[in-house]
Amino acid sequence: MSLFLIAALPFLGAVFPALLIRAGRNAAASAAGLTSLLAFIGLMLHIPAVFRGETVHASVDWLPALGLNANFFLDGLGFLFAAMILGIGLLIILYARYYLSREDPMGQFYSYLLLFQGAMVGIVLSDNILLLLVFWELTSLSSFLLIGYWKHLPEGRQGARMALTVTGSGGLAMIAGMLLLGHIAGSYDLSVILQNKEAIQSSPLYLPALILILLGAFTKSAQFPFHFWLPHAMAAPTPVSAYLHSATMVKAGLFLMARLWPVLAGTPEWFYIVATTGLVTMLLGAVIALFKDDLKALLAFSTVSQLGLITMLLGFGTELAAVAAVFHIINHATFKAALFMTAGIVDHEAGTRDIKRLGGLRHLMPVTFTIGTVAALSMAGVPPLNGFLSKEMMLEEASHTIWNGSHIIVPALVAAAAVFSAAYSFRFIAHVFHGPKREDYPGHPHDPNTGMWMGPAFLVVLVVLIGFASAKIAGPMVATAAGAVIGGEKLPYYSLKLWHGLTPALYMSLFAVLGGAVLLALHRPLERIWNALPRPEAKVIFEALIGAFTRLSQGVTEGLHNGVLTRYAAVMVTFTVAIAYYAYQGGTMGAATRELQEPGLLPVLGWFALVVATLFIVAKHRNRLLSLVLIGVVGLVVSMSFNYLSAPDLALTQISVEVVTIILMLLALNFMPKETPVETPALTRIRDGAISVVAGLGAGGLIYALLMRDFAFPTISDFHLTNSYKGGGGTNVVNVILVDFRGYDTFGEIIVLGIAAMVIFALTEAVLNSRVRAHLLNRTPDLPQAGDAHPLMMVVATRVMMPLALMVAAYIFFRGHNLPGGGFIAGLIAAIAIIMQYMASGFAWATERQRYPYHAIIGSGVLIAAATGMGAWFNGMPFLTSDFGYLHWPPLEEFEWATAALFDLGVFLAVVGAVLLALESLSRFAWQPGMSTEHAMDINPARDDADKTGTEG
Amino acid sequence: MELLVASAVGILTAAGIYLILRRRSFPVILGLSLITYAVNVFLFATGRLATGAPPILNKYEEVAYTDPLPQALVLTAIVISFGMTAVVVMIALGAYLSSRDDSTAMPVEADGAEEDA
Repeated sequence: MSLFLIAALPFLGAVFPALLIRAGRNAAASAAGLTSLLAFIGLMLHIPAVFRGETVHASVDWLPALGLNANFFLDGLGFLFAAMILGIGLLIILYARYYLSREDPMGQFYSYLLLFQGAMVGIVLSDNILLLLVFWELTSLSSFLLIGYWKHLPEGRQGARMALTVTGSGGLAMIAGMLLLGHIAGSYDLSVILQNKEAIQSSPLYLPALILILLGAFTKSAQFPFHFWLPHAMAAPTPVSAYLHSATMVKAGLFLMARLWPVLAGTPEWFYIVATTGLVTMLLGAVIALFKDDLKALLAFSTVSQLGLITMLLGFGTELAAVAAVFHIINHATFKAALFMTAGIVDHEAGTRDIKRLGGLRHLMPVTFTIGTVAALSMAGVPPLNGFLSKEMMLEEASHTIWNGSHIIVPALVAAAAVFSAAYSFRFIAHVFHGPKREDYPGHPHDPNTGMWMGPAFLVVLVVLIGFASAKIAGPMVATAAGAVIGGEKLPYYSLKLWHGLTPALYMSLFAVLGGAVLLALHRPLERIWNALPRPEAKVIFEALIGAFTRLSQGVTEGLHNGVLTRYAAVMVTFTVAIAYYAYQGGTMGAATRELQEPGLLPVLGWFALVVATLFIVAKHRNRLLSLVLIGVVGLVVSMSFNYLSAPDLALTQISVEVVTIILMLLALNFMPKETPVETPALTRIRDGAISVVAGLGAGGLIYALLMRDFAFPTISDFHLTNSYKGGGGTNVVNVILVDFRGYDTFGEIIVLGIAAMVIFALTEAVLNSRVRAHLLNRTPDLPQAGDAHPLMMVVATRVMMPLALMVAAYIFFRGHNLPGGGFIAGLIAAIAIIMQYMASGFAWATERQRYPYHAIIGSGVLIAAATGMGAWFNGMPFLTSDFGYLHWPPLEEFEWATAALFDLGVFLAVVGAVLLALESLSRFAWQPGMSTEHAMDINPARDDADKTGTEG
Repeated sequence: MELLVASAVGILTAAGIYLILRRRSFPVILGLSLITYAVNVFLFATGRLATGAPPILNKYEEVAYTDPLPQALVLTAIVISFGMTAVVVMIALGAYLSSRDDSTAMPVEADGAEEDA
């Protein structure tokens, strides 16, 4: 199966549980299980190649310009992790089916789980570090959803937030680190990066890149001092903890360290940062775990400790240590997932997971007891289980590691950690399952049904098998994966077996087990000491820190963003002018290459009208109606200048938009104050005036400089002029550009226009459904009303003009391809024709006669345009490729057809719908009860029927 | 001619910005409209000015054409700016009707005062 499909399957499958939950919980669970199973089988098909030591590749250039390619590869390490993710995922899906209660939205759970699974598989199969980062962030997001799955629990929400904050900010650091790494290696492909060890380690950017990447890995894998989020994430349902926090997500950091091990490891920086962090985490986690009473908290801290152990092994930087790390990753996944599931079973059946309230469960839950005991003994490092094997390898490695010249520090601390880890493992067995049977369990403890213990039982069988026959069962896997970690070098000699002779590691193991037993016996007094010790509470520190950040950002935001729009506008304009000036200073400007054109009298007159109107608007803007009239003058001059300056299409568009804009503003002004009061002091006005004059000088100067010079580069306009007729079949180049060359832009624009109209409609609905409605209904007009709302003359004139106006629209529409016109202008004219009816005959009259809702007209316009564009696919052409030809039907003249006209029809409809929806929405504010629906015209062909029956008028 | 167009753009921009800096929503809308004119004319003028040379192809003789590309861009810009103006007008109107105040600044009261009213 292609690697693409393996990575994509969980994402695709994530849809099904959410949908199938309607068919029952089994359907949802089966869908999730089948998806994982398919991906798992697909992965297994690659076994022969991977175990021959080959790497399987699958690649597609996604954004080659950014170095971001969808490259996947599968080698031993990726295979090991993918197998763990998919395999344990299957067991968890089975387990969760029985763990979740009837009230939990199970479909959602499985969808989140599959999303997470897909993201994890993506991480371990990525060959491109940018792609890896995308999946990395996806795991943070999907684990947020999973940890906060029980939304009603505040701990769940807080834990999810904390996990997201910590792992998310680590992820940010890692992005920077990865970019540095890619920069050094000259490629973002892992296969290339892994070949460049010398270049990377000798680069001055090595240390920053290393630290940033490790920040990402340490936060994800809960290494000290970022370990605190993991215990809080335990508020998640247990299947999530078992999956994310034992086998997969927390291992992503380890995976990354192992993946980059060949290029990053082996330097003193790597050793001291990684090994020390691992060692501290290991010891700290083990000590805290012993004193946790919550079963899951105990397991969480034990996970922290075990992750520290693996980190430390990777940090040693020797090949043998890397082998041990890989081996322990496998072993830890088996026993820890089984332990989490056991803890979940205990919680589920006994009703509590507080160790202080448990004990004596071994007779009540024999199956669970067996599973839990074997897994815990493996965690303690007791032979002949698999935990013993990898722990021995670790102890062996630790026993001859020199830390800052000291031979004793590492072995001593590791031994101490091992003692504590044996102790908490024993405690898990002794305090939960042993001891006297109690009478006060909150639930009725008994073994769960088979579905629930199958998963952990399977894992425990693995624990035992790997322990007894490690070379046979785990040997090839360890060799392949470790080979991939150390990157092509020959594997050092090692042997996976129980008995290595009387080595220092064996003595340390023995010491750890005995010491663990002693510590457990002394648990009660030790606990008293522990509780008396002052300890920093991570959650409190974290929240204080977050609070400080929130206050800081609030302070900054409120300082800059105080809610005064004027201030933002002034800052923005000043800033823009400043950077424009800066750019002007830095650049050079050639001499003028064009001659000033002599203006005729007409342009001078137009200019004069425009300037006077503009100045009057500024001077008289307090009189709102007057300024509206004056702005009409400006619009008129602008459209006339377009016409004068060889842009007839623009002139037509501008003048029709002018009409609808003014009507719109008049409608709005009807409900607003007619005067603007004087509020600002004179000084502020002078300041504003200065800002605007400077900005105006800048804009005017810039365009003047541009107008006096020829194009600096050859323009692409000639292409449009030459190909408009040949390629687009039209002589109006502007229209051909709109519907053909730049059809995609136009398509986007009609959608934007439609959305704007919808927004207006939605706002109207919101306002009219609020308490404003009552006010509007009882409104008394603040200006005297016209005596006749629907003057007869106007009604007659508009109705006569309606067909004429529509005819003009049709004419403008059809000729648009060859002469000035087209869908935009025709749409505006048609809209104006209809608006005239609203104005003359009234809202009620016009609404009664409106057959199609404007939303539908907008929608059909967009759909027609889209369908025309897609039509090109059927001819094997890209979206929106147009076609045209000529027809000759005698006795008609030869005429042209073009698919672009159909596209233009879409534009036309969208414009009509959008303009009318906007204006209609605004006019709805004016409606008041008791408003006359009387018609100005008594004789109305549309009402003939009513007249005949005599029920009306 | 160039001087006329350039000075018109400058004056429209200055007037528009001055009105945008006012404290009531209606002058701000007027200012936006003026700036829209300025921007549209500006964009249009980047194709340089020409009279009597519309970009309508003449099949019969060789004539000069002005630059069609800025025209096409400005045409859609005009229509879109209508949509934008309409939305802004609607927002201003809704805000005025809901709060009986057409000031563009946020009210100074603390959050939640609105709900009690």
